[in-house]
Amino acid sequence: MTLADTTPTAAGTAAVEDVPAGRWQRIARIQALQIVLLLAVTVAIFTILRPGTFLTPFNIRGIVQNTSILAVLGVGMTFVIITGGIDLSIGSVLVFSGVVADKVMAAQGGQGWGTVLLGTLVACGCGLGWGLLNGVLVAKANVPPLIVTLGSLSAALGFAQILTKGLDLRDAPQTLVNKVGFGNIVGQVPTLAVVAGVVVLAGIVLLHRTRFGLHTYAIGSNAEAGRRVGLKVDRHLIKVYALAGLLAGFAGILNLGFFQSTTIGGQSNTALNVIAGVAIGGTSLFGGVGSVFGTVIGLFIPIVLQNGFIQINVQPFWQQVVVGAVLVTVVYVDQLRRAAAVGGRKHYRFPFLSHRGRRT
Amino acid sequence: MAPILEARDISKQYGHVEALAGANFDVNAGEVVALIGDNGAGKSTLVRIMSGTEPASSGQLIFEGKQVHLTSPVDARKLGMETVFQDLALAPHLSPVQNMYLGREVMRTGPLGRLGFMDSRSMRKGSREAFEKLGATVRNLNGPVGAMSGGQRQGIAVARAAAWAQKVIFLDEPTAALGVVQTKNVLDLIRRVSAEGIGVVFISHSMPHVMDVADRIHVMWRGRRVATYRKEDTSMEQLVAAMTGAVTQEAS
Ligand SMILES: Nc1ncnc2c1ncn2[C@@H]1O[C@H](COP(=O)(O)OP(=O)(O)O)[C@@H](O)[C@H]1O
Ligand SMILES: [Mg+2]
Repeated sequence: MTLADTTPTAAGTAAVEDVPAGRWQRIARIQALQIVLLLAVTVAIFTILRPGTFLTPFNIRGIVQNTSILAVLGVGMTFVIITGGIDLSIGSVLVFSGVVADKVMAAQGGQGWGTVLLGTLVACGCGLGWGLLNGVLVAKANVPPLIVTLGSLSAALGFAQILTKGLDLRDAPQTLVNKVGFGNIVGQVPTLAVVAGVVVLAGIVLLHRTRFGLHTYAIGSNAEAGRRVGLKVDRHLIKVYALAGLLAGFAGILNLGFFQSTTIGGQSNTALNVIAGVAIGGTSLFGGVGSVFGTVIGLFIPIVLQNGFIQINVQPFWQQVVVGAVLVTVVYVDQLRRAAAVGGRKHYRFPFLSHRGRRT
Repeated sequence: MAPILEARDISKQYGHVEALAGANFDVNAGEVVALIGDNGAGKSTLVRIMSGTEPASSGQLIFEGKQVHLTSPVDARKLGMETVFQDLALAPHLSPVQNMYLGREVMRTGPLGRLGFMDSRSMRKGSREAFEKLGATVRNLNGPVGAMSGGQRQGIAVARAAAWAQKVIFLDEPTAALGVVQTKNVLDLIRRVSAEGIGVVFISHSMPHVMDVADRIHVMWRGRRVATYRKEDTSMEQLVAAMTGAVTQEAS
């Protein structure tokens, strides 16, 4: 017990202070800082090893562009994981949304902005639909999030293959490919990166500044406490999964522009890569803690590694090994922190494995 | 004077377990009622029913003379009833301010508020005032409450309920985790809250605390209220005897 704990306050002389951060917050901040440092050190090493080619505008542009679509997905995933959930379906939802949007745009026949806008709306609508389905099954049917989204991962990809007979569509409109997928907004600033940046900023504001974000943390922290103070927990969960789905749909149209293909077979690891980025970025798989900023850093790390390894003639596959090790380390540290917080209790389960209300 | 809140003939079954078997209860405005009884007597269950957290299997709740049906804690709160649950029901990752206002956030005025932006400054101010007024020891308004001591968490939970309560406040073993000084703070707080005209329902296993703050004492045994005493008219020995079922004032 500390001194302030034993200060008598009966006379109304309460000990309320505004010290900047508690222990948890400090640790959380330090963890985010560690990840930023890891990224900075990685960049520094590659820059020293390949001074002429690594930290060049051209290369940075490539790295940023490769991270953009994952960052859009990462925003939604961060919200979902903060609630104590998980969404394995986003890669399939991205493909499904891209397929439907491509078909609609092809049927409409244009190559201009009008067609791109139509496709964007269709893709977002598809994603929103899958997200709502996930959310309703998690919140109302009480099926564990891991199972619900494993189911929609399979089903969404199945529908995409049925619609295309398994063959990738490659007829995205010219404007989408040239202006969005490969275009620059100004100079060498890629459109994709700007779009992703806007989504990331909006995500940061939504999570950290609004009531929606606060309730997202509250539900991940203690859903029962939220329910007792009147939060509409089920409805909020549905909204969070809907947001993740919506962003996956939006990523679907970006993906179509970037790869000029529906990439049906190419997204099976997408959700896992995004989850890894979210976890590396300091968002706790136990729920209640996390940041969109951390997620973006966590997503940059694998892409910087891959890019750097190629440049220094190391097999790029090493990236996967390093990322795997970092991921396990980060989650291990998170578990230690959690064990300390719950008083040394070592047996706990990830909330997304359980149906709600049975959280340990 | 009619009680501000009355429970009549409340029963509650959990499967085959009969947690409450026709329990009665009443509390007046500005009064501190202690609810005592052995473990498993049904005290927490009764509080959960009276605070809208759980429905009763049968029985009536009468609030300010009118029968009410509480379907959620929100219904109870709309009537001005607040609860400190035995498990506190705080969100451990949120700060004291966020917990204080969770579900009742103060929004910014104008379009920003409609977009969901909160007025953090006024919530900080309100929290600081509430904690100071109620003598809660909160050393850090920004840190997650999960990292704070049991006493601080208890103080936050109690201060939150006291700050919002208009009519009735339920405190389920609020001093169980506390040291001597913190316990004194909570007992002082109970007195202050009741002096404002709020009915306080206080569950405790500590007979000295009960004799210290309560105006009346209800004794529960096996799911029913078996005895009610005014503090002046009873003794710890009599209370302990009643808790073992040796005294029965009320017929079943
Ligand atoms: N959610 C529940 N499910 C099943 N049984 C319960 C539940 N809550 C309480 N009980 C049972 O009801 C009885 C009264 O419990 P409780 O109200 O917690 O007693 P107290 O607070 O007086 O110790 C006990 O036998 C307890 O086991
Ligand atoms: Mg109890």
